Amino acid sequence: MSSPRTLFEKIWSSHVVREAPGEPALLYVDLHLVHEVTSPQAFEGLRMSGRRVRRPDLTVATMDHNVPTTDGPVEDPVSQQQMDALATNCAEFGVPLYDLHSPRQGIVHVIGPELGLTQPGTTIVCGDSHTSTHGAMGALAFGIGTSEVEHVLATQTLLQAKPRTMEVRVDGALSTGVTAKDIILSVIGRIGTAGGTGQVLEYTGSAIRALSMEGRMTVCNMSIEGGARAGMVAPDETTFRYLEGRPHAPQGKAFERAVAAWQLLPSDTGATYDRVEILDASWIVPHVTWGTNPGMVVPVTGRVPDPAAAADDTERRATERALEYMGLTAGTAIEDIPIDRVFLGSCTNGRIEDLRAAAGIIRGRTVSKRVSAMVVPGSVKVKWQAEAEGLDKIFLAAGFEWRNAGCSMCLGMNPDILAPGERCASTSNRNFEGRQGKGGRTHLVSPQMAVAAAIAGHFVDVRAWAGDA
Amino acid sequence: MQPFTSLTGVAAPLDRANVDTDQIIPKQFLKRIERTGFGPFCFFDWRYLDDGTPNPDFILNQAGYETASILVAARNFGSGSSREHAPWALEDMGIKAILAPSFADIFYNNCFKNGMLPVVLPEETIRDLMARATERPGYVLTVDLERQVIADQEGVVATFDVDPFRRDCLLNGLDDIGLTLQHVDSITTFENARPDGLPVTTPAA
Repeated sequence: MSSPRTLFEKIWSSHVVREAPGEPALLYVDLHLVHEVTSPQAFEGLRMSGRRVRRPDLTVATMDHNVPTTDGPVEDPVSQQQMDALATNCAEFGVPLYDLHSPRQGIVHVIGPELGLTQPGTTIVCGDSHTSTHGAMGALAFGIGTSEVEHVLATQTLLQAKPRTMEVRVDGALSTGVTAKDIILSVIGRIGTAGGTGQVLEYTGSAIRALSMEGRMTVCNMSIEGGARAGMVAPDETTFRYLEGRPHAPQGKAFERAVAAWQLLPSDTGATYDRVEILDASWIVPHVTWGTNPGMVVPVTGRVPDPAAAADDTERRATERALEYMGLTAGTAIEDIPIDRVFLGSCTNGRIEDLRAAAGIIRGRTVSKRVSAMVVPGSVKVKWQAEAEGLDKIFLAAGFEWRNAGCSMCLGMNPDILAPGERCASTSNRNFEGRQGKGGRTHLVSPQMAVAAAIAGHFVDVRAWAGDA
Repeated sequence: MQPFTSLTGVAAPLDRANVDTDQIIPKQFLKRIERTGFGPFCFFDWRYLDDGTPNPDFILNQAGYETASILVAARNFGSGSSREHAPWALEDMGIKAILAPSFADIFYNNCFKNGMLPVVLPEETIRDLMARATERPGYVLTVDLERQVIADQEGVVATFDVDPFRRDCLLNGLDDIGLTLQHVDSITTFENARPDGLPVTTPAA
């Protein structure tokens, strides 16, 4: 009998095309997602060397990073040029494209699962670090650079050294008002932004099992913020129910056969990981980042840390610098930090369930006069679904702007950016200096926490609101 | 790809942990569709003042460091986004080697695809090199990939490990795609044996 294997090992070993001593493995790629920012140089490389796209039928493109979220033309000619280049490249190389006018357009990591393209047991890559999102479906998915995009386009394979594995086990039940975002922020707070370097994370435990697919995607999405290129959750009934009936999922008898195969994927009893981290879900509270990377995070009930308490010199200087950039004083209670902007969206928290949960916090309240708040659905489909459920009306009545789908203010490649010094409660994934606009100050939170902050004008512990009716 | 064998040049200290790719090349410069020309925008927010003039506080603007081709950096360099524009920008600015206690995975990998050498060294060695580069503007180091050593004018400072496959590709300027296509038959064999029913992207019913 073969030795027990993890979910990761099963997918890895079934995708090795070639192995040779002293060389990285050659891995087959089942699905290659492409967007406008990291692909033009790769297509140009193909063109210059006279190569074609080996498997256009395993490749799909969309426009997300640059797109405006308001109606009307693209105002930035350079953004337009990048989108035009993608359209030209997809037409020339035969790659299916969901462009700005497509009802399937959206953030690449939202549309993959939504279309049923993201499936258990597959390997998925994209020139985008948040490709880890797709691991929620029980896939091995990771971000790659543009040279690797070209490699995958030309060969449908990728050279990869085998990563190590880390089990992140979260047992117990989350309290009301505590979300998948808080799980992953507390994981990153624990392991640090480089804690997962060279590793694939598998999230296990009863708290992960209890999450919806959207919640699992939020967790896997931010694996990269802990340094891990991939995060995974073993497929189960929740996964199968999510996939059934989606346009690219197997249909009818083929779906039943697929489920039977997917049921063999979860890690075997007794399979071991290189490292194990265990968290108790009942102890997790809503989290807020205070600094300039996602590891700089504390519970909403906490305070801005004191650099003097840092573990070493490097960390002390990083803390000082982060406090200076963020305009914060050590010891300030998180709930006393006022905010100017709220961004609800992104590949981390721009799915329908995120919008439902966020809208559920509003209950007739309105956005604080000092706050400007916007909701950017993750895809056209999420937007339409939300409108069909009347969520747009709830947000608009409360004073939120209701925008079109795209990456938007998560990284501010389109016109949605913070002004210098503005402070934003954001449901996105990175609080780096200047990420949302030069001099902008980002605090990462869950959708529920973002809405509560929008209404209060400062951070509040949404658990106190979650119970009221 | 340009081979990387040995590099002798000025080392500049960048003593900040977790330098992310958003700092190396901010998003407003990711819209170019070429691989070149990103150098002037590298470290944009740190390098220039609001009026567009060079920030005198930034190390690469200071006397002795303007011609740096080696960066001595702190832990977790290159974290965040997968944007290969980050190594393109560094390379275009003249940085060909980066020495740090640790790197983020995707950035580390991207460097090798562009003829650049990221070197992992122990924290104490980096502290030592950082101190020397700070005290002596214009401090010259040699990063020798063939011998896997770092040396200054007084002799060898450190040795380093690097994956033999990556080393070979860099030393010979090998193109990954060309290498992989030598095994195209293995790819075809694998492809033909893939199970039925896997997802395809061509329009679904």
